[in-house]
Parts: sequence; structure tokens; C-alpha cells
Amino acid sequence: MDEQSISLTVNGTEQNGEAEPRMSLADFLRERLGLTGTHIGCEHGVCGVCTVICDGMAVRSCLMFAVQADKKEIRTIEGLADGDTMHPLQTLFSEQRALQCGFCTPGMLMTAVDLVDNNPSITPPEIKAGMSAVLCRCTGYEGILKAVEAYAKQIKGV
Amino acid sequence: MPDTIPGYIGQSVPRREDKRLLRGEGLFVADIQLPNMLHVAIARSQFPHARIKDIDLSKALSAEGVELAISGEDILEQLPPISGMQLATPPGYQERVDTDIQIPDQPLIPHEKVRFVGEPYALVVARNRYLAEDALELISTDFDPLPPVATTDKALDENAPLLHEKLGRNVAAILHTKKGQGAEALKTAPHRLKRRFYHHRYAAMPMECRGVVADYDARTDTLTIWSSTQVVHWVSREVANSLGMPEENVRCIAPDVGGGFGGKGHVYPEDILVAYLARRLQRPVKWIEDRHEHILNSTHSRDNIYDVEIGFDNDGRIETVVSDFVVDSGAYSPIGAGIAGNSIAHMLGPYDIPNYEASSKIVLTNRTPNAPYRGAGRPEVGFAMERAVDLVANELELDPAEVRFRNMIKADQMPYSVGLTYRDGVPIVYDSGDYPKALERALEELGGLKSIRKRQKDALRQGRYIGLGLGCYVEGTGVGPFEGATVKIDATGKIVVATGACPQGQGHETVFAQVTADLWKVPIEDVYVTVADTAHVTMGYGTLASRSTVTASGAIQLASDQIKEKAFAIASGILEAGEKDLELRDSGVGVKGVPGMHISFRDIATAARPGWGHKRPEGIDAGLEATSYYEPPTVTWAYASNAAIVEVNPGTGQVLIENYVEVHDAGVLVNPAIADGQVKGGLVQGLGGGLMEEITYDENGQLLTGSFMDYLLPSASDVPPITVIHQETPSPLNSLGVKGLGEGGAIAPPVVIANAVCDALRPFKAEINSTPVRWGEVAAIFGDDPFKATSTTTTPEMEK
Repeated sequence: MDEQSISLTVNGTEQNGEAEPRMSLADFLRERLGLTGTHIGCEHGVCGVCTVICDGMAVRSCLMFAVQADKKEIRTIEGLADGDTMHPLQTLFSEQRALQCGFCTPGMLMTAVDLVDNNPSITPPEIKAGMSAVLCRCTGYEGILKAVEAYAKQIKGV
Repeated sequence: MPDTIPGYIGQSVPRREDKRLLRGEGLFVADIQLPNMLHVAIARSQFPHARIKDIDLSKALSAEGVELAISGEDILEQLPPISGMQLATPPGYQERVDTDIQIPDQPLIPHEKVRFVGEPYALVVARNRYLAEDALELISTDFDPLPPVATTDKALDENAPLLHEKLGRNVAAILHTKKGQGAEALKTAPHRLKRRFYHHRYAAMPMECRGVVADYDARTDTLTIWSSTQVVHWVSREVANSLGMPEENVRCIAPDVGGGFGGKGHVYPEDILVAYLARRLQRPVKWIEDRHEHILNSTHSRDNIYDVEIGFDNDGRIETVVSDFVVDSGAYSPIGAGIAGNSIAHMLGPYDIPNYEASSKIVLTNRTPNAPYRGAGRPEVGFAMERAVDLVANELELDPAEVRFRNMIKADQMPYSVGLTYRDGVPIVYDSGDYPKALERALEELGGLKSIRKRQKDALRQGRYIGLGLGCYVEGTGVGPFEGATVKIDATGKIVVATGACPQGQGHETVFAQVTADLWKVPIEDVYVTVADTAHVTMGYGTLASRSTVTASGAIQLASDQIKEKAFAIASGILEAGEKDLELRDSGVGVKGVPGMHISFRDIATAARPGWGHKRPEGIDAGLEATSYYEPPTVTWAYASNAAIVEVNPGTGQVLIENYVEVHDAGVLVNPAIADGQVKGGLVQGLGGGLMEEITYDENGQLLTGSFMDYLLPSASDVPPITVIHQETPSPLNSLGVKGLGEGGAIAPPVVIANAVCDALRPFKAEINSTPVRWGEVAAIFGDDPFKATSTTTTPEMEK
């Protein structure tokens, strides 16, 4: 199959690349750009592990084709910290024991960023519902919810 | 053994693993990209049982980007099957447990017939995964479907087709054991109760599927394998044997592993196949399992039918338990008779029961192989036993909690000799704990038994159905045969540790740093821990069976003791003080009570170096490095009491868990926050198994739940409020006082839910004796008129 040229912004850097029309955004990020922090858990849009942010919205990168990301702005887990300074959510995840194996963690973090940054007045029940978009098999979710709730409080300045 | 003084052990030290995982800088198998790497896609059977007549790979071979395509016939001469009998039972086991074990071998790619939906029959190696999958579509096959052996009932029929003709039967193992009078004691029991219980099939389902990358270096004839596995040493040994290479030349690394829970706890055909392909093609080769493949092909678990008869007296004291159960093992049995062995050993749980008899058959069917998953035989037997205890209570109109208290082993009976033999061949002795206290605390946490019962009565008057569910268990943890560790103090004075443990999220790098730092009384930053790499420790066993904190810590201690002796001897010479006057302090060795008299580990390491300048006393070998293998005397006994309040919706049958409590005893907790996470994570898996997760097959052996659209995992919204209370009774079997805890949480929830729902539906004398607890079946119990109907829920397997 012929490859198409795409150009997109990933974590603030302009990237140009080639992708077959059938290549998923997740595979493109991982294989073409070497951004392997985005993980693939089911490849049918259920588990949410591959979640990245596309033009400010959380998307399943396994269900989006790379060519659909042409001219879009993508943010992945690698773009969350500011150099050595962790994003507040990353710090909270560690403090609240919100990860064990860490495989779902990138999807959790990107989903949480989308939920809270796009809705600073989000309530705990809304956080619970929103975070249900990503499956975690290790933690039982308690730490994850606590971390996201604490982040929402920080954003609100409470 | 060294004293354990308060230090890092017992502190919730932040995890070392977190930083890389939070930044997307972890390294999972799928993340490995090597130059010139090829990708494997595997053709998997759509038939549960079929003879392979012909496989034509010619079109696939000529497809774009394809380097190789092979079927079972192509490797028949080169690669032996995975031996079914490699997990022998230990000496001593057969003295108390009669066994007849004939575990079939598992071909890497079968050439004669396929035995389950998902079994490989061919594979393609291509330039990328997309092209490899394209080529799979071009393989043409001629399969002759055979009658499927879809259930254990069918498999045990004397006219059943055989899965493995060589065995001459569809039974991989028969086990039998007896305590006291066994079934005989039923005759004299004042009451008898007999039921069938079914614990359904579900699976470990880690978020990361399996995967293998292998790279062969022809110059040195060495293979490096990265596998998402819980057992790196087993993988390297099996690959070395299969490929005829020295084990030394096969290195296996489990990099960051995205969950395992037992499902990655043995060698799979792909581990060997990918290594073989890398050597054959002399290029790096990668295979990453997708989710559909994972559900088809990676082992499932549970799926047991229990026939239980229980004899008891007027006070609810249980006199004997007689159990006959069948494990649906699927087409192979990768962990031999392990699950059934666990079930037999754990049935009596925390109770003081004088007689017991258990028989088990591990039955082969045309389903995906069954292997241990978090709990490994304990959730299954716990479901049968803890349901039975509730039924005894019902029969005598006693409170289920009261029947448990009456039968429980008391704290002053510890250590308690059970009269059975564990899977390691050693007579079972529960080492420590207070079982009744754990149950009391669980009930207290929910408001106390009296107030729960009052609330329940009041609610019922308002037409609300509230129930209390209980579930108690004991768990043999930290099982042998051994674990290995290498400890060294390097030239910089840092302490470097490697163990055979292979974590999948348990935080071993942190936990073993805590243990080591305390053993050496050094800042934790001076301890470096590597895990899951065969290059760093010669022999290892792996992380499964709730064992690593016990066994790897034991090995770290033994190795440390060896080096400590040398360090003290060297320090003694340099400080001119007797060894008895020396102590570990300030990252070195000092003379007790003399602040200035001290030598750092760095200087001791320098003094210990081989060569001219050494300062070792006569008779002390060079270097500060030791490898030790800890062989635990037997298992440590963790235990727990679970209690939950549920409310059942009479209209929909919805089971709402209001509150779930587990009081768990894993001895000394090295890192309480990590321990807490282990138990809670396990609980949520158990709740998933009790209410949501289910692998189903149709009557022809066709898998019906091949994706996350059909297989439901709990999400954040599905999790009720959970409280875990740790009751820390140190194990007397090791100097740290630790017991294992990885699996415990997952054991009780299915039976706790079933007991709670039955308790809520007492007015209907409801019995739910199978899992999962389905809302539809619960709703049916209410019938048309909630106050008249009486019903029991069943599954097809129950009608016998």
C-alpha cells in the first residue's frame, strides 16, 4: 500500500512522516516517531490504554489512523512533564499509589489531563465516570481516583 | 541471620519504578525496536478440534515482505514439544496424596491436529506486522473437523473422542487425599449436606498482552530474549534445551512487564518459537500478541465443578468434608497438577475439622489451556467451602458468622498441624495468626454483627434486600523450591543486588532495596536492585504463587550473610579489633562504642580486591560478592476474613456492593502501601470474577468472548468502597517475619458476593452455588411476587 506524507505537531514539535492509510496513530507514534510511551492494550478501542490528546481532546490512538492526524496537534505521555519537572498529575499518581505495572498509566494520565484541564469544575463522580474510560488491572482504581481528584482541586486552587 | 531493626522495612517508601513509568520511559517488550527486525504473525485455529490434512503456505511465502512461513511439519524435527511432565511432584507429596499424573506434552505448533480455538497451526515472518498479518490471509488449509470435547462431562464419557491419543484418556491427573476418617465420618455425622458448586472460567487478563523479542548473535552463538514473562530462568532453560544451546548462551530478560497475575507464569510455545526464528533467520524477531490472540491463546483459569458433602453436628461443628472436583484443564495443563493440588491443600481453610477426603480429576477438553491465575485453585475451592459453611448455618438456622467462629482454629492452637501435605511435600502447619480476630475485625468494620442484622431486618420491612457476605481463607505463600540472589559490594561501596524474581508491577526494585538497606544498615540510595535478567543471577525461579517477598528476601539475606562474614574479617584486620566488637554502621563497619573506629564499605571493597594491594586476612577469598539460593522450609500461611454488605435490587437483580472489607494477614509488611495496593488490586479482580468477567464457549467448543466487547473487566465505576485492614502476625518461618500476599485479595470476592446475595434473599431460601453472580438470575429469584417465590440459580453444568 502506498504511504502518504503527513505533518503534525507532537508535544510541541513539528513532525513529518510517512504512513500507509491503514496505519494507526498509535503505531505511527510508536514505530515512526519512537514515542513508545503510548501503549497498546486492545486495539479495539475499549481499554483506553493508548489514549493521547488530539487538538485538546482525548482520543484512542488505536482507533485513529495516522493520516487522520495530519495537521493536528498531538500530545502524548512524553509531552506531559516539563523536562525534569514532573507534571502535577505524575507526582500525584506516585504519591497516591495510582500505578503498579504502569502499562495503563500513560492512558490514565492523558485521560485525566483531558478531563480536568477541559473541565476545571469537575466533580468526583464525574471524575469516576470519566476515568472509567481506561482500564487498569493492577490497582483497583482507588489511588487513581484520589490522584485525579487532588489534581482537580489543585487546578481549582482549592 | 541478622537482627531486623526498624529501618526501611515497614515504611511506605516511594517506588523506584514510578518515575520512568509515569514519564512514558518504561521499556515493555513491544517497545523494543532493533535494526533489521522482523515481525511474526501467528495463524490460529478456528476449530476446537480438527485433524490437519494440509497447510499450503506457498502464497503466503510469495507475499510482499514475507521472509518465512512455517507450519508444524516444518519444525517437527527441530523443536521438541514442551514437556508436560517437567513439573514433578516433590518427594513426600505422594506419601499423603495419591497421584496418577499424565500431563500431555504441548507441541509448539501442532502438525497432526489442533486442540483448541486459538492454537497455532502456522506462522509468518515479515518485514512488519501489517504485512505478516496480510500474509496469514493467504495461507490455505484443509482441516478435517473432529467431534469437539467441549465440556468435562463429555470428556469423561467413555465413548468420548480423545484429545491426546497417546494418553488413552482425557484425564491429565487424578489426585486423592484423606485426613482422619474421611468420607467414613459422614456416616456418624448428625447432619449431612450435599451440593454441587461451579466456579466459572475467567482469566488473568493483564493490560499488556504477552510478547517476545529475540536477537541472535552468530559471532558468539548467543541469544537474547526479551519476554513479557514471570519466569525468565524457566524461559532461558527451556529455549536452551529446545535449541541445543548452553543455558549460559541464552539470556532472558523480562523488561517492564504490564501485569501477569499468573497468566505469564510459565513457558509458552511463542517463547521458544521466536528464539528459534531469530537464530534461524539470523535477524531480530518480534512477536506481540494482540488482545484477541491473548484471549484465545493465553491461559485461562478457574472452571471447576465441585461435588461437596459435609457432615456436621447440631452446633454447626463440621465433622467432615468430602469433596470430589473436576478441573477443566483445556487442551493442555502447563502447570501440571498445581491448581488441583492447591485446591486440595486449601479446602479446610481456617477451620479445625477432624476428617476430610478429596478427589480430583484434571480433565482435558477442547478449550484454551487452564493455568494458575491469582489464587490458583484457592478461589475455586474457597467458593465451594465457604458456600457450604453458609449452607450449614442455614440448615441449623444459625448465623453464618457464628458457624465460622465455632469452627475456626483459635490463636492458641498455633502453630496448627492440619494433617495434610502441601504441594511442596511438607506436612501443612499453619504457622501463625488469629483467624477469629480477623473475622471479628471485619464485622466490626461494617458496624458489628448485631447492628448489621438489625439493619437488615429493618430494611426488609421496607422491601429492601440487604445481605452480609462472608468469606474466609488461608493461603500457603512463599512456596519453594527456591529463589536465587547475587549480592555484591562494588568498588564504589554501593550494594548491588540481583534476584530471580520477575516483577510485573509489584515494586520489587523498591521492596528489595528496602530489605537490603536494612540488612546492611545503609541509605536506600546506596542499594541497586536488578530484576528479571538471567545474566545477573545464575539460577532463579520467578514471580508467581505469592512468593517473591519471602523467597527472594531469603536469598538476599543468605548472600548478604556470606559477604558480611568476609567484610567483618577484613575490617577486623584493618581496625585491629575482634570481630565480635564490630558492627554495621554508617555504610561500613565500625567498632562498637568507638565512634572514630570505622571503615567504609568502599574501603573494605578495595581491601577485598584481588591483587598485590589487598588487605585480606589469611584464608579470606578475594571480592565481596556472593550468590545464594534460599530454599524455604515450607510455605508461610497468610489468611484473611472478608465481609461485605450488598443490596439487591428486586426489580433488576442488580447487586450493589455497599461496602467491602478484607482483614488480611501477610505478616510483616515490607512496604505497607505496596502491600495495600496488592490486596486491593486483587480484590477488584475477584469482584470482576464474581460479577462481570466470564469466558464462555458454545456447545461445540467455540469461544464466544474474544474481545473486550464481550469480556468485561471492572472499570473505576464498578469498584465499591473497599477497606483493607492488615493484621500483622510475623511468620516464624523467616527472620523478616514476612508472608506472601500477591494473590490473596482475589480469592474471596466471588463467594463473598454469592453469600451476601443469598443472605439478602433469605426470604426466598435462595441458593446461588455458581459464579458469576448474574443479575438476571438474581432477578428471577424474586419471581412475579417477591414474597412468595422460591428459586435457585443454576448454570447448565449444574443440572446433573
